[in-house]
Amino acid sequence: MKKIIELRNISKEFEDEKVLDSINLEIYDKQFVTLLGPSGCGKTTTLRIVGGFETPDEGEILFEGQSINHLPAHKRHINTVFQKYALFPHLNVFENVAFSLRVQKIPNQEVVKRVKEMLELVALKGFERKNVTKLSGGQQQRVAIARALISHPRVLLLDEPLGALDLKLRKDMQNELKKIQKQTGITFIYVTHDQEEALSMSDVVVVMAEGKIQQIGSPTDIYNEPENAFVADFIGESNIVDGVMNEDYKVTFSGHTFQCVDKGFEPNEAVDVVVRPEDVDVVSVAEGMLQGTVTSVTFKGVHYEIIVDIGGFKWMIQSTDFVDVGANIGIYIEPDAIHIMKKSEFSGQYGDYSTFSDEIEELGNSETVGD
Amino acid sequence: MEKSGKNLGRLTAAPHVVWAVLFILAPLLFVLYYTFTDAYGVFTWENIFALKEHANTFLLSVSLSVIATFICFLIGYPLAYIIAGYKEKSQKIMITLLMLPMWTNLLIRTYSMMAIMDDGGFLNSILGALNLGKVHLIGTKGAVIFGMVYDFLPYMVLPIYTIISKLDENLLEAARDLGCNTVQVLWKVVLPLSSSGIVSGITMVFVPSISTFYISQKLGGGTFELIGDTIERQFQNVSTYNVGAAISLVMMILVLVSLAIMNRFADEEEAG
Repeated sequence: MKKIIELRNISKEFEDEKVLDSINLEIYDKQFVTLLGPSGCGKTTTLRIVGGFETPDEGEILFEGQSINHLPAHKRHINTVFQKYALFPHLNVFENVAFSLRVQKIPNQEVVKRVKEMLELVALKGFERKNVTKLSGGQQQRVAIARALISHPRVLLLDEPLGALDLKLRKDMQNELKKIQKQTGITFIYVTHDQEEALSMSDVVVVMAEGKIQQIGSPTDIYNEPENAFVADFIGESNIVDGVMNEDYKVTFSGHTFQCVDKGFEPNEAVDVVVRPEDVDVVSVAEGMLQGTVTSVTFKGVHYEIIVDIGGFKWMIQSTDFVDVGANIGIYIEPDAIHIMKKSEFSGQYGDYSTFSDEIEELGNSETVGD
Repeated sequence: MEKSGKNLGRLTAAPHVVWAVLFILAPLLFVLYYTFTDAYGVFTWENIFALKEHANTFLLSVSLSVIATFICFLIGYPLAYIIAGYKEKSQKIMITLLMLPMWTNLLIRTYSMMAIMDDGGFLNSILGALNLGKVHLIGTKGAVIFGMVYDFLPYMVLPIYTIISKLDENLLEAARDLGCNTVQVLWKVVLPLSSSGIVSGITMVFVPSISTFYISQKLGGGTFELIGDTIERQFQNVSTYNVGAAISLVMMILVLVSLAIMNRFADEEEAG
């Protein structure tokens, strides 16, 4: 695969606040790459640096091996789909989509042909003469995508493009975007704070926090092998407990020694242990590796979400079997369900469900504004 | 409930309605009345026919005002654009500076311009002291146009500035993203999106320019007359009220028609 964009030691400050701290990232041709992180993590700034709307304080940005630090936005073969679409209100759908071709002074005949193709691609055939301000959010989004794609950019940047759409429409657009990306073979760099969106669309996910890249990997890698407590917590639900790696394949946490599949740690090294809620089996107390008391049960449709107090640490378990609040249960964990991480600056901050409530979760998800 | 609300609305509107009738509608009706009557109050077309004597003055007024408005646009638009590009704090300072001369009465500003441009005035004294000879300014059309531009420039800048400063930054970035250099961003996005500001600016400069009389009297030095002067002269003599009214009426219609045409343009531009 061909490397198309490379960021080398990119740093950026805004009013003495370090927004990006030595970012290194390689993006390959035809990939769907997602920058994922909470607001304020620097993902939008990274995108704007690639687009040419910000210049890094330090570091270099390469396009096919050539530095483009000083190349202005209009000369980059990179187009952007803006968060709030930024359609030109004085132009109709046709002229919005045709905009970049008009700038390049392409003959009208070809413009008409290409706009037609583009509008077909985004399923907006017949909308040519419509006023963009009268379109629905989803339709405006499609116009924005068509407008950015028509000049055949090498890379398309998308800044939380689905943030303003409702859930149903968002799911449809996710599939459609993925389809368009495959069809056109254009590299997509996608910014979102929605981990589900990132996992379902991307070839590569770049998890960011506090201006640094925490992990780069495929969605399954990121989910199954999180590098630190931040990634484990941000992607999906995780129980993260303190443990000690006794020796290879053997870890002790919550007063019990478990078989696991990880190795390569120092003897008796302190580690973070991640166990996903869906990987925990509820069994009788006698059969359990650990025992605890159920403190809350919530029906989630597919499964029950059970919070269990195990020696003062609250675990989340997802199970299709119902248990009652107050019941004593045992839990059983398969060796390959245990993932061991090195201690990091994020250790101890995440993965305990003692303060967990759906309300807090909702608040966390409702932040749609970019950083 | 709803009905009493309506009545209340009417009641609060009453002072404005009275004001509008007394000071806008009534004078307009007077103008109409005088236009179509003679000194004895008898209906006549005489005054309208008399207008052709003033056709040249009309033409001169229109051309000087158009030139002044155009110059105001050429100076005002870039100025507004540049100001809108600064940080908010600096913008405020610059707008205040721009408006500062307006705190002085228009007449006084025009007089002081006379003092500067006069044959023995400030400018010529400097030129004389530098042995650069003299320029004759007062009494030329150039001086009158300069006066109009100087007096009315802020009226061009302010509405345009207001629109440009509120333009969505994302739109400008989108234009750059899609291949526009700085000039193209201005030409393809900023200019069309600020058309309503341009129309307001043109209106606010053109209307006072075409009706001005003191600028032409003071800076024109009495060598030629603009339509505002003609109207003023007619109203200084009771017997020529009717002709003055006719000229006023025609000018109002002229201005209204040109505004209507311009607004049409602006609407089309904005609707795409």
